[in-house]
Amino acid sequence: MSKQIKIKKGFDINLKGKAEKNIGDFARAEYFAIKPSDFIHVSRPKLEVAVGDKVQAGDVVFFDKLQDSVKYLAPVSGEVTDIVRGAKRRLLEVKIKADAEDSYKEFKKYTAQEVGGISKEDAIKEMCDGGVWPHIIQRPYAVVASPEDSPKAIYISACDTAPLACDPGFALKDDVENFKAGISILKKLTSGKVHINIHTDAEVAPVFEQNAGVQVNKFSGPHPAGNVGIQIHHIDPINKGDVVWTVSPFGVAQIGKLFLEGKYDPTKIIAIAGGSVAKPKYAKVKAGTQVTNLLANNLNEDNVRVISGNVLTGERISNDGYLGFYNNELTVIKEGNEAEFFGWVLPTTKKLSFHRALGLMSFLNPKKEYDLNTNLKGELRAFVQTGAFEKVLPMDIYPSHLLKAILAKDYEEMEALGIYEVAEEDFALCEFIDVSKNEIQDIIREGIELLRQG
Amino acid sequence: MKFVKDIFDNVKPNFTNGGKFEKYYPVYEAIETLFFVPDHTAPSKGAHIRDANDMKRMMNTVVIAMIPCLLFGMWNAGYQHYLATGNEDASTFIGQFLLGAQWVLPIVIVSYSAGLAVEYVFAIVRKHAVNEGFLVSGMLIPLIVPVTIPLWMVAVATIFAVVLGKEVFGGTGFNILNPALTARAFLFFAYPTDMSGDVCWVELAGEKAVDGWSGATALAYGAQGVGETGMNVVDNLTKVSASGPIDFSPMSMFMGTIPGSVGETSTLMVLIGAFLLLATGVGSWRIMTSVFAGGAVMGLLMQGIGANEFMNMPFFYHLIIGGFAFGAVFMATDPVSAAHTNMGKIIYGFLIGIMAVLIRVLNPAYPEGMMMAILLMNVFAPLIDYYVVSANKKRRLKRATV
Repeated sequence: MSKQIKIKKGFDINLKGKAEKNIGDFARAEYFAIKPSDFIHVSRPKLEVAVGDKVQAGDVVFFDKLQDSVKYLAPVSGEVTDIVRGAKRRLLEVKIKADAEDSYKEFKKYTAQEVGGISKEDAIKEMCDGGVWPHIIQRPYAVVASPEDSPKAIYISACDTAPLACDPGFALKDDVENFKAGISILKKLTSGKVHINIHTDAEVAPVFEQNAGVQVNKFSGPHPAGNVGIQIHHIDPINKGDVVWTVSPFGVAQIGKLFLEGKYDPTKIIAIAGGSVAKPKYAKVKAGTQVTNLLANNLNEDNVRVISGNVLTGERISNDGYLGFYNNELTVIKEGNEAEFFGWVLPTTKKLSFHRALGLMSFLNPKKEYDLNTNLKGELRAFVQTGAFEKVLPMDIYPSHLLKAILAKDYEEMEALGIYEVAEEDFALCEFIDVSKNEIQDIIREGIELLRQG
Repeated sequence: MKFVKDIFDNVKPNFTNGGKFEKYYPVYEAIETLFFVPDHTAPSKGAHIRDANDMKRMMNTVVIAMIPCLLFGMWNAGYQHYLATGNEDASTFIGQFLLGAQWVLPIVIVSYSAGLAVEYVFAIVRKHAVNEGFLVSGMLIPLIVPVTIPLWMVAVATIFAVVLGKEVFGGTGFNILNPALTARAFLFFAYPTDMSGDVCWVELAGEKAVDGWSGATALAYGAQGVGETGMNVVDNLTKVSASGPIDFSPMSMFMGTIPGSVGETSTLMVLIGAFLLLATGVGSWRIMTSVFAGGAVMGLLMQGIGANEFMNMPFFYHLIIGGFAFGAVFMATDPVSAAHTNMGKIIYGFLIGIMAVLIRVLNPAYPEGMMMAILLMNVFAPLIDYYVVSANKKRRLKRATV
């Protein structure tokens, strides 16, 4: 049964610099990197390459010793030029100097008809070897799923309501067959249903329409209505002991592509967006691409922050950094490293606020596009305001009580208050609106990790 | 504003690591951030953009919302003086205001100085930033004391409230009781003769009061109705209005031209503040409306029982006399000491309204029930939240076992 769900709580952040819907012509990057830190649960990565090695696209770069069946592959062919380690020799980046043309390691290839006949075991093995398994995320904990689990259901959010988000319908317009094949594979992995969740505001892209045997749920309302965690909460909330899986639409297409083309080709269409980007538009790149060519002659100013991902959940990278495995946006906004005279008392129409405290005028003009910088716009304080987080978290959860349970490392309380249902991205808006400027997403992740490793 | 920035940049090295006044950094920081929102940027992972609102702006909104009460309180202090001494016709509006300001402003200055001094000391010792919470408490305290209060009492009470009401729990955000009310309660129990009765509410400044004048508050006349029979409160107020200079008609009590603590007499000014708090979303509408609702319901109920003359008083009198409205709008809504959950806020507010009226009409020794009601419910707020949150946990558990 398809469900219609209206999300009332939340807040749409309307930013300047939305990507224009055409795909720009950018030169392919010279370097690519695979970053183990993109995969939160990978605690003991085992490197399979050394500096100087030649790799093909699809060769194993590393795997996690605690989950050794899941392989993490090279996105391009070329030469491993650098292995960057951080404190305590933690593996940060494996850099590959790309060949001009990729050569691919061959995996088994199927026709669209054959995909339906693949057994569950074979499908899982192919996915683990073929580098697409990390697209399968499990809830609770929001980490890469374990291939041994059998999920209650699989959820795909086919809408992204985050600010300046990449439109999955547009990005996957040429991946209709891949997506179909991916869905067909995913259906083998669960005894329950595969859900595709769409948003009523956007036109439904053809790629999400023609999939047999899935449940399509329609959501309406502001961000975070597009967050898969929020959607699961409203469709069939996660209880203690449940395991469900989530896959991004891009991940579904990647899975399909592996089976149909017999190669690991993490090419994706990403949005290059943000107030500091001269010509915000889409680009076709491979996962892990260096961003230099995407930003060359494409920035309005110098003092900027480059973010792999969106402004609410992404990660800062340097101007010649690398796009993360899961990220479909490259966002560039002004760095706000300047003090502002009487910034806390003067009236302002230039800064966006969810609140209406004296002098904050943005609520008068909800349609306006804002060009926000990265300034904290205040100082770190203890929690004082109450009742605000509840307005942007459309879940039957008491956010500040959950946060306090995490800070107190009270396992039972965290469980009772619903930590299994949340991921840090669901609290991104809480972090945005917090007048005490706490790192709420960090706290949530800390709580999740406490329970996961508990 | 570059020159201001330059001054701070010049002075800053003295306060940072290795500087002469390194340990006084929180003091420097508190002053600098008053002028400049610092250049702190969002961390490298998470929300890279942040809301324009911060603690300073939020607290500032509350302080601004109290300004009408403060200004009215200054004027009323002067006005009451001239009424009592029979010189009302000879004085001007401006004269009344200036005279009142001359008595009220020192209270404000002492309250802020004493409280901020304590905050600075704790910030230096504990090495944390000075929190903005006291900006509100420091304004609340002058508004809820009689104008005749000796300044040293203001200082002692403020220090007591900040130390024992707030800092011992860990500072703003961790306190159980509303600090300003803690100060008020301390004064009430430590110096009862200066805080109650008929003489403390109007500053006579050594002059002789006119015949028929009594400095009693409307609440005091109400309280007379608890013990004595046949003292209809409304009749009594009418009689006092006729024989003395002060008018106790419902309209005057609503406007606030009666004796009382500095900032709480005018329900109209409180409502202007309430409007600002509600329009900006800084004050909780759930708490405000439920306090008034609780007070009205209990007032009606008591009127129905009518066991004494104070109970027989029309219920809406409760909402406009004494500190009821002021407490509902500015005290009960303190986010830290109130209930934190939305449902909890409604219950908490309603119970404050009920308790305030209950204490007033049943206890002749203590006419102002609002302070006690709020402090009592401050203590119970975590318990209310506990049950509200438990219901959420039970829902989750039930869902899992079905």
